[in-house]
Amino acid sequence: MPVNYQFNWSVLWSGQTGGWLLQGLLTTLQISLLGWLLAVALGIVSGALRTVPFPPLRWLATFYVEFFRNVPLLVWMFFWYFGVPPLLPEAVRNWLFDHGVEFWAGLCALGVYHGARFSEVIRSGIQSIPKTQFEAAISTGLTVAQSYRLIIIPIALRLIVPPATNESLNLLKNSSVALTIGVAELTFQTRQIETYTAKAFEALAAGTIVYLILCLSIAALMARVEKRFAIPGMIAQGTGD
Amino acid sequence: MDLQVITNNFAFLMQQGFFGIGNFVGGTLRLAVPAMVLGFLLGILIGLARLSRLRWLRWSATVYVEFFRGVPLVMVIFWFWFIIPNLLGKSLPEYSVALTAFVIFEAAYLGEIIRAGIQSVPKGQVEAATATGLARAQMMRWVILPQALRNMLPALVTQFIVLLKDTSLASIIGYVDLTKAAQIVNNREIRPFELYLFIAVIYWLCSYAMSSYARHLEKNLARS
Repeated sequence: MPVNYQFNWSVLWSGQTGGWLLQGLLTTLQISLLGWLLAVALGIVSGALRTVPFPPLRWLATFYVEFFRNVPLLVWMFFWYFGVPPLLPEAVRNWLFDHGVEFWAGLCALGVYHGARFSEVIRSGIQSIPKTQFEAAISTGLTVAQSYRLIIIPIALRLIVPPATNESLNLLKNSSVALTIGVAELTFQTRQIETYTAKAFEALAAGTIVYLILCLSIAALMARVEKRFAIPGMIAQGTGD
Repeated sequence: MDLQVITNNFAFLMQQGFFGIGNFVGGTLRLAVPAMVLGFLLGILIGLARLSRLRWLRWSATVYVEFFRGVPLVMVIFWFWFIIPNLLGKSLPEYSVALTAFVIFEAAYLGEIIRAGIQSVPKGQVEAATATGLARAQMMRWVILPQALRNMLPALVTQFIVLLKDTSLASIIGYVDLTKAAQIVNNREIRPFELYLFIAVIYWLCSYAMSSYARHLEKNLARS
């Protein structure tokens, strides 16, 4: 910092700014959580559709995954915010404009974009289970449903946890892109504090630390879960990342 | 659907937005390509530092990686955008700010890929290189890195695709890349659906080309 820069950390909690930060954190958590639910649902559905024996459905799911995950999230933000509402029926549009259209557009963008990426995570997790596991389950006399429930899904879940954690953290961090369409999440509020107090360093430090705490604690928690449920001899134990 | 807005503005979107040969300093490729090259070079240093025998070097590299992987890219771009004027007393052009932010941010991710790639080389190779009398630097240069590079190629290309997509975020500080070019056209023409879908297709084509090339490389490398 140059000599003429005066640190003033109290801007973070004096006046309205503390409330802004808190509100930004809540919005970030809200849009991330809802986006995560949408993304996981879309990931499971599209992942399942890619295995059905009906080609058009398979193509549709492949198209969804390939197209949506290979285009920047920012473009999807603009697409859902500016591009889609004019095409909707009048009643839906009016409802959206009365109920925070930017939040719903941001949610769609996050959920649909990360849904495509979750789909790949789930698919590669399931594909990395050796076929012999299934054959062994059948030969011990389990039915197909039982071997899925007792063998395949427990293994798949454990294999999916590490990449799914990474992807969930990406989703959380990417929710910051929603600031471009005016969702008042954490980064947006950090910007706002910077604008009103001209204390860039303090505002950015506050936002950054909140993101770091969120991401590092989720990562640490999931690393423990991973270790707890590690399959001996199947995945490297305790790699952490 | 009115595709006329695309045909009318095609030259602007592609020349200015994508290639960066228009009136503004801008362009997706002009940012993405140097960011990839410089980010990769810095990433090699980070990756090597993560494996260093010097504890302080290893630790500082770990802190670097964990820090940048725990913070959104948007936040990093804002850091540079708002702090540089405070530090230097004057603001730098968007291009320099964006390039710096991308190189520093992506190097954290690329460093991890490079570390994993180096660790994937069998230990016997190190022992063999040492036995033939190579110094540590020579061993890295001639034995470990070439093999590591081969192992990490798929992950590397994936990260380059991520970087290409991420460059769209440079538009939030006013850098005129493809996304910003579409915004500029949209402000005049108000055809968001067509415009954003169009640039989505352009981004997709680039990603698709890169990932097909990665698949091709993977296949070739698996054979050899």
